[in-house]
Amino acid sequence: MAAISIRQLRKSYGKTEVIHGIDVEIEAGEFIVIVGPSGCGKSTFLRMVAGLEAVTAGTISIDGHPVNDVEPKDRDIAMVFQTYALYPHMTVHNNMAYGLKIAGLPASEIDERVQRAAKMLELSEFLPRKPRQLSGGQRQRVAMGRAIVRNPRVFLFDEPLSNLDAKLRVQMRLEIKHLQRSLGTTSLYVTHDQVEAMTLADRLIVMNEGIAEQINTPMRVYDHPASVFVADFIGSPAMNFLAGRVTANGDAVELDSGSVLRADGWSLGADTGRAVTIGIRPENLRQVAAGDADLTLQVVAIETLGADTLAHGFAVGNGRTGQAPNKMKDNVAVRLPGNSQIAEGEKLALRIADGMLHLFDAATGKRLGDG
Amino acid sequence: MEKRVTFGGGVLPYLLVLPQMIITAVFFLWPASQAVYQSVQLPDPFGLSTTFVWLDNFKFLLSDRYYLESFQTTAVFSVAVTVLSMGLALLFAVMADGVIRGASTHKTLLIWPYAVAPAIAGVVWLFLFNPSIGVVAFYLKYAGYHWNHVLNANEAMLLVVVAAAWKQISYNFLFFLAGLQAIPRSLIEAAAIDGAGGWHRFRTITFPLLSPTTFFLLVVNIVYAFFDTFGIIHTVTAGGPERATMILVYKVYADGFVGQDLGSSAAQSVILMVIVAALTVVQFRFIERRVHY
Repeated sequence: MAAISIRQLRKSYGKTEVIHGIDVEIEAGEFIVIVGPSGCGKSTFLRMVAGLEAVTAGTISIDGHPVNDVEPKDRDIAMVFQTYALYPHMTVHNNMAYGLKIAGLPASEIDERVQRAAKMLELSEFLPRKPRQLSGGQRQRVAMGRAIVRNPRVFLFDEPLSNLDAKLRVQMRLEIKHLQRSLGTTSLYVTHDQVEAMTLADRLIVMNEGIAEQINTPMRVYDHPASVFVADFIGSPAMNFLAGRVTANGDAVELDSGSVLRADGWSLGADTGRAVTIGIRPENLRQVAAGDADLTLQVVAIETLGADTLAHGFAVGNGRTGQAPNKMKDNVAVRLPGNSQIAEGEKLALRIADGMLHLFDAATGKRLGDG
Repeated sequence: MEKRVTFGGGVLPYLLVLPQMIITAVFFLWPASQAVYQSVQLPDPFGLSTTFVWLDNFKFLLSDRYYLESFQTTAVFSVAVTVLSMGLALLFAVMADGVIRGASTHKTLLIWPYAVAPAIAGVVWLFLFNPSIGVVAFYLKYAGYHWNHVLNANEAMLLVVVAAAWKQISYNFLFFLAGLQAIPRSLIEAAAIDGAGGWHRFRTITFPLLSPTTFFLLVVNIVYAFFDTFGIIHTVTAGGPERATMILVYKVYADGFVGQDLGSSAAQSVILMVIVAALTVVQFRFIERRVHY
């Protein structure tokens, strides 16, 4: 178990800077998930912690000791790769024992550790096999086993579940969480899958274009996204965005369509008249009588998921951009109960649940102050 | 489902394989059968008639001291060429694999010797080491060493080995480099994180994963040293001094076309044919089965 401290971490390839200064303090035993779209720099970030990429500027410290110039093998870390990176010419047993042999442990202890890890991961019967004789899920577990046996200070996971099918992914997600909890090893986990991010993390680092947009617990990120990017990235279906502006007395926002939404709990006194992007989660909208509606949805498509029914469409008279809605860009989704009887082409009168507004500056995309 | 073009019988399929069959027949089957036929014949001194002598040519060869010596020479020569060219090629490939700046220039330059014909390669090395006019021989003399491969058997062997290996390094280099680049980076990274240093990584991960390439090259290089080095031997030493570099394939030529002993020469060809067939069988057997992980 180890605490990791990252200060002003930067990475450049030639003149192109891809990571623009990340600060984060990770406590011992914490499970941190780094999430973001392709090319946001999350893997590069992880590889710098692993020591596989040189640090351009800033420091990475493990347990208070800077490790910028420490070789990967001396950092006491273990990494699980997306492709598993199992040694194809070695048996499962030898794959797991490889690092221990190099560390010079006595054979009896190596065997004991491998057996213990194999039992934990239900791999005991596969120990004499080669990786190519295993299924994807089993290989994944061997990769985990190789990390566990070394009993490192830090686990690093680089999209370890992306190559598995959906069902196996859910199962392995739970196993990883359970393992991390029982071992208590500090872990950094990179993924582009927001469900993995939400379910595994003690804290999330949401990355976008080389910047950590928000670092916080999953629920805090979900309930108080720091920017339009975070709000859009976390949550499925994504948050709805509408254009509007703060009213003259600063206690409400007015949609382009003319509806006025109360902004209780927001301190907007200094922002009167400011153009804002209003975010509303699909589950914070409910169907009401036409007279009580905050906005009207023109339904374009319906997805019945069983437990829920999702209605997709656009808000009549209101887009995300401040102009007339564009069917493709200004999709508004509503999560309705599974038994809702609605039809395509229908107009739905919707009301926003009290206090469930998210307000962002229309120009910068940053969240406005909400006390 | 397998996609496969099918022909509805008739003559077309036969026409399509005909060119290959003709080439095989004219350039392999016919000469090979001639060699087999000649190997059991003994021509008279004027080449006007031949006598069927059963396996006398072979019996004579196997009791011929020079022929058995030639076997030894060939063994030494091929092992030396194979080890030298593969060893250096692997070293170069590992280094080229690590080069980032100017990588393509390095690779191109390393591939060049392959484009040189064996006889030309021989002449190049001959010029360098010629005892009277060679540049290297000249400087060796300065350093106090009198190089003369025309008289010294060991020096002659060394020179043809170096010349033959030099030409084959490019070929081996290409295959080793491709083999190295086919090893996923993440494996090497995983080994680095597992605590393995550079040499240990090479020994336990990289080299075992290269083993299919290595085995393939081993067979190819032995075949090369056995057969394709004729031009180098011919230009550099012509088998001398005193048969010191007389490898089997050169002896076929020397006995048959210089010594005019066609029966013995044909018998030697047949023996070489058997050797190459055996090598090919070994290669296919092992490459398909053992040398895979």
